[in-house]
Amino acid sequence: MLASTHVGWWETFTRALLLQDANTRWVVLGVLALGIASGTIGAFLVLRRRALTADAISHATLPGIAVAFIVMVGIGLSGKSLAGLLLGAYIAGLLAVVVIVLIRRTTRLKDDAAIGIVLSVFFGLGICLLSFVQQMPTGNASGLETFIFGKAATMLSADAQLIGIASVIVIVVVALFFKELGALCFDHSWAAARGWPVTALDFLLTGLVALVTVLAIQSVGLVLAIALLIIPASTALLWSRRLVVVVLTSAACGGFSAWMGAMISASIPRMPTGPVIVLVCASLFFVSLFVGRTGVLQRWMSRRTLSRRVDRQHLLRACWEVHEQRGNRDEIEFSLLLSLRSWSDRKLTEVIDRCLRHGLLDRVDGGAVRLTESGLARAQQVVRNHRLWEAYLIHHADIAPTHVDRDADAIEHVLDADLVRSLEEVLGTEAGAVPPSPHVIDGGGGAA
Amino acid sequence: MIWQEYDTWVVITGALCAMACALPGAQLVLRRRSMMGDAISHAVLPGVAIAFLITATRDPLVMLAGAIIIGIFTTVLVDFVQRAGRTEIGASMGIVFTTLFALGLVLIRIFADDVLIDPHVVIYGSIELSYLDQVSLWGWSVPRGAVINGGSLLINVVLFLLFYKELKLTAFDEPLAAAMGFRPRLVQGVLMAMTAATAVAAFETVGSILVVAMIIVPGATAWILTDRYGPMLIWTLVVGVMTAALGHVMALIVPGWFGFEGMSTSGSMAVMSGILFTAAWILSPRHGLLAAWRRRMRLSRRIVMEDILGLLYRYDERADAESAGLTLGDVREALAVSPSLVNRAFRRVRSEGQISIDGESLQLTDSGRTTARSLIRTHRLWERFLWERLGLRPDHIHGTADRLEHFTSPDMIDALAEHDDGEDPHGRPIPPAEE
Repeated sequence: MLASTHVGWWETFTRALLLQDANTRWVVLGVLALGIASGTIGAFLVLRRRALTADAISHATLPGIAVAFIVMVGIGLSGKSLAGLLLGAYIAGLLAVVVIVLIRRTTRLKDDAAIGIVLSVFFGLGICLLSFVQQMPTGNASGLETFIFGKAATMLSADAQLIGIASVIVIVVVALFFKELGALCFDHSWAAARGWPVTALDFLLTGLVALVTVLAIQSVGLVLAIALLIIPASTALLWSRRLVVVVLTSAACGGFSAWMGAMISASIPRMPTGPVIVLVCASLFFVSLFVGRTGVLQRWMSRRTLSRRVDRQHLLRACWEVHEQRGNRDEIEFSLLLSLRSWSDRKLTEVIDRCLRHGLLDRVDGGAVRLTESGLARAQQVVRNHRLWEAYLIHHADIAPTHVDRDADAIEHVLDADLVRSLEEVLGTEAGAVPPSPHVIDGGGGAA
Repeated sequence: MIWQEYDTWVVITGALCAMACALPGAQLVLRRRSMMGDAISHAVLPGVAIAFLITATRDPLVMLAGAIIIGIFTTVLVDFVQRAGRTEIGASMGIVFTTLFALGLVLIRIFADDVLIDPHVVIYGSIELSYLDQVSLWGWSVPRGAVINGGSLLINVVLFLLFYKELKLTAFDEPLAAAMGFRPRLVQGVLMAMTAATAVAAFETVGSILVVAMIIVPGATAWILTDRYGPMLIWTLVVGVMTAALGHVMALIVPGWFGFEGMSTSGSMAVMSGILFTAAWILSPRHGLLAAWRRRMRLSRRIVMEDILGLLYRYDERADAESAGLTLGDVREALAVSPSLVNRAFRRVRSEGQISIDGESLQLTDSGRTTARSLIRTHRLWERFLWERLGLRPDHIHGTADRLEHFTSPDMIDALAEHDDGEDPHGRPIPPAEE
């Protein structure tokens, strides 16, 4: 929007980045503070599972703004004082929360319906009041509508300072009540049982959320104010589950999105600041959704690692049992292994290849394989786990010997050393020894 | 107020729209998914913009198709974010709809010269102007908004009748529905698509905020008014129509009170839905605040009535023939509750003929004595039980028995009577069931 024709967008971008441009300096600083404050308090809001309360608060600010305008004009002020309008918005936002709590407590409607009712009715009231404001002879109300969509580009130094001060307040309060807010979010009944004033803390949280929302509506608009509270926090939760880390990441993510969004909007024409900030933030979220610590990719990777290990161990056990039945360590034919496992040709080849790479198997000519020393040790361990568990199921859980193979199959991969030791104790098995199989091993050493 | 043909059409359009939205809305309220209505109505913006950019027409059918696709996409995306990110449902809705809304605003801004969409219309709607856009229907000239919303109402009614039991069962008991082979996730998917399509059809006429109000509020109001699913749907439709009609009337009348010329009809209808909800919230015969308050008042009056009778019975038990009876003042002093409550309870026991007044002193009548005796019997049976069976100390059981005596069913009294050996732990006689 601010790019002029004779200055390249890159130059505008770097000038805005380094706060050299007087036009954008306050916008950038203002939204930066806003992003950090929203990220900080948003983390608690999302952890408290009240994300959509912010939706209700932000929509409910509209009638507050309109009433504040009417009152200010009524008592002879200009009606344009930002502080006055924001005060009205703040009161209306808190009122909305009170009504939501009342509906939730005195009817059988749940949070979602309570929020939806308050949101739409308050907003409808706001629109009615705005249509009055527009007809007022004294009031040039054109400014009020910017609250719906936001107008960061018009931010002045006074506005940025106001946002900055409020952000500092939010951060200080959060730091002071960090432990209490954390307990409230993670386990409010525990917090209540410990004697902490849960209701008061909830109101503190809501009050801070309303404060941030009210500040945000002026620059990014009331729909997108919600985004600044919810998205950075949800992004942070994809990276960590530790409260301190989540809050810091969320604040950083909010600040970065706001700053980057303001830059982009300052350097490229026709890019409204608020929506661009939200899109930057949403990109961070969706990228994290895939690559984050608890993201889709990570979960897929760990599932794959696990299933590969399980396959490997199944193959090793099959080899070991063939060796056991034959009483020697001759090579084992591919076709025999294929008949032992219910795997396809390709899958068996893949598993064998991976075992070869791990040095667990040796390839002998003609596709046959043989266990290496380390392979033998690993295989023995798996077989031992398998048979210990079978023995345990037979002797202590009274399961028929013909039915224990499948159960042991699943558990053999996850028995840890301690558990194996106690199984050995309970069953009176010699440490390290492999007990004989309690049932016929099918197909085993057919060749022998 | 001057009523013209124009006003009739605004109300008809609004009512059709409200009824169309209210049906899926009632289901969403029951499923605690009402905010999906909010999410979809915000997310529609980029759908409309993209449809416009691709086809370069303002053909309403194209816009509708684009918006329906984005509406369904929204529900799928919310579901995906919730599962993949293990995000709470509210947060995933918040993420998805704000992102799509922001995308819509950016698209409109970038292609402002090509996309002739005013974001304000998206928010406020233009029900006032819908009258101007008329289409011909079987030779009649009808506002297009009325035709579109009437169509979606018709489709919704047919779907609700066809899948009546599927929708009902999956809304109330999903596991049971799944066990009976009803595929609750499929039903929910269809419901979401229905919500998206209805919201989109409605929102061109009335704006996104009124769509949210029309989806959520009538259903919530109906759910406060009745416990049964069928009547709830009827109420939902009735509340929807009232919202539209009274909302428009309010938009015509109220501004005059303050010397203004008019106000937004959409906003007024949203406020009217809130007023109707509040009325139901307060006045609903079973779930209303007033009903709950009356129940509480009656309960506390009944307890005080029983306490008065019990007090007189105990006094008679200890008094000899000559001693003067208790006065109302004595009763007020003995019962530690507010004097006005005692007065109300006293008037009631007297009008029921349980107490007679002899000068100043109060006397139990025969029927009063029967009631009091059964009450004292319950009290002392409880004391005995608490002491003998639960091992509580005799000086700790009076308070508990005092509360329990008012809420003990006859069956329970019979069960307690197994421990009846004529005396309570304090050595007082347990009165027999019959004199």
